[in-house]
Amino acid sequence: MSVTDVVFILTAVVTVGSAVVVVVSRSLIYSVFSLLFTFFGVAVLYVFLGADFLAGAQVLIYVGGILVLLLFGVMLTHRLYNLNLTTERFQPIAGTLIAAAVFVSISLAAFKTKWKLVGDRELEPTTQQIGEAFLSSYLLPFEIASVLLLVALIGAAMLVRRRTDV
Amino acid sequence: MEYLREVLTRQVGGYDQLPEVLQIFLPMLLACLLCLGLVALIPLIAIWAERKVSAHMQDRLGPMRVGGWHGWAQTIADGVKLLLKEDIIPAQADRLLFKLAPLVVFAGGFAAFVVLPFGESFIVSDLNIGVLYIAAISSLGVVGIIMAGWASNNKYALFGGMRAAAQIVSYEIPTVLAILTVVIPVGSLSMQEIVKAQSGSVFNWFIFQPVTFLAFWIVFLGTLAEVNRTPFDIPEAESELVAGYHTEYSGMRFAFFFLAEYANMFLVSALATTLFLGGWHGPGFLPGPVWFILKAMALVFVQMWLRWTLPRLRVDQLMHVSWKVLLPIAFVLVLAAGTLALI
Repeated sequence: MSVTDVVFILTAVVTVGSAVVVVVSRSLIYSVFSLLFTFFGVAVLYVFLGADFLAGAQVLIYVGGILVLLLFGVMLTHRLYNLNLTTERFQPIAGTLIAAAVFVSISLAAFKTKWKLVGDRELEPTTQQIGEAFLSSYLLPFEIASVLLLVALIGAAMLVRRRTDV
Repeated sequence: MEYLREVLTRQVGGYDQLPEVLQIFLPMLLACLLCLGLVALIPLIAIWAERKVSAHMQDRLGPMRVGGWHGWAQTIADGVKLLLKEDIIPAQADRLLFKLAPLVVFAGGFAAFVVLPFGESFIVSDLNIGVLYIAAISSLGVVGIIMAGWASNNKYALFGGMRAAAQIVSYEIPTVLAILTVVIPVGSLSMQEIVKAQSGSVFNWFIFQPVTFLAFWIVFLGTLAEVNRTPFDIPEAESELVAGYHTEYSGMRFAFFFLAEYANMFLVSALATTLFLGGWHGPGFLPGPVWFILKAMALVFVQMWLRWTLPRLRVDQLMHVSWKVLLPIAFVLVLAAGTLALI
């Protein structure tokens, strides 16, 4: 077992372990804080795949933005401990089926894809390639995503606006 | 790090006979220890300097006794005292998170030191995404602050943590946009590439160019908010929140927060030095790393100067400045930098 393998296994254990805590923890605040380790673990996995820019963006957006907003929201909630987080309708069969389908499709994707690991090749800068791909072959999806975000932004601004004219 | 490995191979006899794993890990370990030394040493100097600077601005003398010359050993004495104090955890606190929080804050500051370019070969790792890495990893400190505020089970600490959360979403966006105005002309996120783009005369420094001159002030203000310094020390406002998020901390855990705060002051000053003040470039009579530390320390001095001069902003004033003033300016600057890069 090489050094890379050891680091990978450690990362995988931390990522999956903290993700399990996110799901099963009875305390909302523990879920959010263990999400921190999940996000970092995923970033390290990106590094293993040679996607350095993606790893940086992952930490910047998910830890610096989304996690902080989640924490902010959680702190404004009362009754944080011992929440009973179950839905009113319990559907075991449909739930199991969907979970199995998701599991199968993700496993297929994980095993079928030919992953390019860092060890196999030189770590080359991906920033420029991502930028060029966004502005040439993937211009349309990129623009659609941008417009969608803009719509969400305007919608959020509308919602929090003070209604003076109603 | 490659440089360190080269030096080790050349200077230490039999180094290349060691197992491969050790050959890779020893330079890593050495580099980490060097960084840790810096993270401990720079705050020691900065804390003493802050006490002297504040004292002289208020027509006092500050520490004069410990160690003889102008009380230079005062911080060391205080540090030893903090380490020896009893470790107190409030009865109703969340013990796990309470213990974890200072470590998260400290780790965020420490991890960022890895990409600081002290000199041409004095850099632990010149990542391709250096600037992005610093912007990303420094948000870890804020998560730690929120963690501390929550775990203390104290209303003042909780207020401090929530104010820190509100603060980061406000300052981070204009700061990162302003950093982009440097990245666009350089065409790289690597810290060394950014420093190299400013070589030649002093007028190649980005602070002396029109678009990036304005961006410098946005980055300076944004990073000032990031390290919770006056006028943006809202999360730890003494007059309202006792001490904010670290109200319940004492002894060694408090020392961690304190060290991290001063290490972060140096860190953001070093980031501004790299981006705008030419990094390690300077007249040849002093080596590069000395210039780098001198420039960063000069910015740290400006931060102290501001702290003892300006009153604190209110929370809503910070929001106003970040979202309604700095953000539009930053967008215009990014557009201008992009246009300049095209022509």
